[in-house]
Amino acid sequence: MTTKKTVLEVNNLKTYYQTRLGEKIKAVHSVSFKLCEGEIFGIAGESGCGKSTLAMSISGLFLPPLKHESGSVFLEGENIFKKDINYLRKEILGKKYSYIPQSAMNALNPTIKIKDFVIDLMKEHEPEMKEKEILELTRDRFESLSLPSRVLDLYPLELSGGMKQRVVVAISTLMNPVVVAADEPTSALDVSTQKMVIKLIKELFDDGIVKSIIFITHELPVLRHICDRIAVMYAGEFVEVGKMEDVIFNPIHPYSQALMQSILVPEEGMKEKKLPCLPGSPPDLRKIPTGCRFADRCPIATEECKKEEVEMTSLGDRSVRCIRINYIMMQGKKVTPYGTKY
Amino acid sequence: MAQNTEEIIRVENLTKVFGSGKKAVKAVNKINFSIKRGEIVSLVGQSGSGKTTVTRLILRLLKETEGKIIFEGKDVTNIKSEEKKEYWKKVQAIFQDPYASFNIFSPVKKVLLDTFKLFNSSYSKKEKEKLICETLESVNLRPEEVVDKYPFELSGGQRQRIMIARAHLIRPQLLLADEPTSMIDANLRSGILELLLSLRDTDGCTIMFVTHDLGLAYYVSDRIFIMHEGEIVEEGSANKIITAPEHPYTKQLIKDVPKLSEEWLTS
Repeated sequence: MTTKKTVLEVNNLKTYYQTRLGEKIKAVHSVSFKLCEGEIFGIAGESGCGKSTLAMSISGLFLPPLKHESGSVFLEGENIFKKDINYLRKEILGKKYSYIPQSAMNALNPTIKIKDFVIDLMKEHEPEMKEKEILELTRDRFESLSLPSRVLDLYPLELSGGMKQRVVVAISTLMNPVVVAADEPTSALDVSTQKMVIKLIKELFDDGIVKSIIFITHELPVLRHICDRIAVMYAGEFVEVGKMEDVIFNPIHPYSQALMQSILVPEEGMKEKKLPCLPGSPPDLRKIPTGCRFADRCPIATEECKKEEVEMTSLGDRSVRCIRINYIMMQGKKVTPYGTKY
Repeated sequence: MAQNTEEIIRVENLTKVFGSGKKAVKAVNKINFSIKRGEIVSLVGQSGSGKTTVTRLILRLLKETEGKIIFEGKDVTNIKSEEKKEYWKKVQAIFQDPYASFNIFSPVKKVLLDTFKLFNSSYSKKEKEKLICETLESVNLRPEEVVDKYPFELSGGQRQRIMIARAHLIRPQLLLADEPTSMIDANLRSGILELLLSLRDTDGCTIMFVTHDLGLAYYVSDRIFIMHEGEIVEEGSANKIITAPEHPYTKQLIKDVPKLSEEWLTS
């Protein structure tokens, strides 16, 4: 892993949403990570923790009310926040960085056929390309991914949810982007279709069509099967980043522990599992408390935790945002409360 | 888990067809099952398999095309308005979207007080308020924090717990929980599941848990019914369904759910 090329580098990225009342909703706060070539990086977290905002911020395209505060993103060595918007649209989005949205239903244009949609899209990026060439390319790609190419002649409403999502995945990767951010690509699908979509994404990766993937989901069992590394996000921050096995089976941060403990899968032994109960809810991102953002719900928080902003502590190939790591280690990495009343 | 063998509800040949002629859709096709008092049973199926239609039929919100529903030994298939009220005192439901189940213009307290009005209760105002407080505490909410709030001021988990409190106020015999955790996060989900389990353990409430998530179903239930295209294709104890499924559809379903220990993508 050490010798591999870094394709994406996010440094201390901070972005926020500007509300009409002039408030700032700090959705992404001090996020830093590196993505190497040939790596699948998972981001896990609950709704509203900033996962999707992070993926959108990385594209450098800040659509109001989303705004950039500080930090930088280097995509293959290019600082993309320094580029102008037209360059981003034409040269970065789709070609180097592609974003697969959550609901494919809204991503396709309902009034035109899939093929016209693809032509529209490609013409934006490659004005010289002929329609015939575009269609040939798309058809080849669909065939290599074993998607029926007849869907090109259909309207989105004629496709099932799973098929729409797979079409969106295929279209978003037509220009062989280096990095793909898949934002909950399967959240609206049932388990069998979910598996098909994820297999498709994995195929794109295995075939070398995309170099690296950022996979965003709240479904932890899925991350277990596709990721190399995982980041756990809470209230706009990464609280733990590490190898998949470490984070899922042996988490350190109290929040990651609670999150991993709440996984329920149909597997022997799950019935006897004790589920953790965290009191309260995540902080309001308009008025973030000083100190650790998880302190109010944390079973082991002390006064010290609420004093100043907590930095990431590096522990070899894992980093954790907690000042009580020593205590957690002493407890054998088990600090989750079980069945506590709210 | 002391379990009664007494049957609380039995469904015979229940069928629901939407539409007619060529466009007819058989949403529920001749299903039969029975649930014992104090049991937690899960109805598991993919979207469109007819799970919600079954809950609506049991609640008598939909008229069946064919079949019978027998509740506590009595045929409730053809009950009329007044009898329905009596029936609903014993059978309550919580739905997927806790937001849609509230009157957005009234605070929580009014929503809960209205419940009494609906069911002609003879309690005095003080008694009602006391009961509301107790019930809210039993769902792990602080009454003084929530009673004066409007639904939009509450978080998803709180809303869902108030829904459970509302159903619980009536002390139903049978609680139908239709995807109560699908709109909330994993951490809050644990709370709701524990709550449902404790309702059964302390009040002996029978629960039918409707979900698409086999993992959840396995965790909470004693028995699981697998539903596919309007039919119950397999039923059995939770352990048996998960560890030794028989029907090909159940096998496929279990194979497709991502698990922690086994390989998933290659299977």
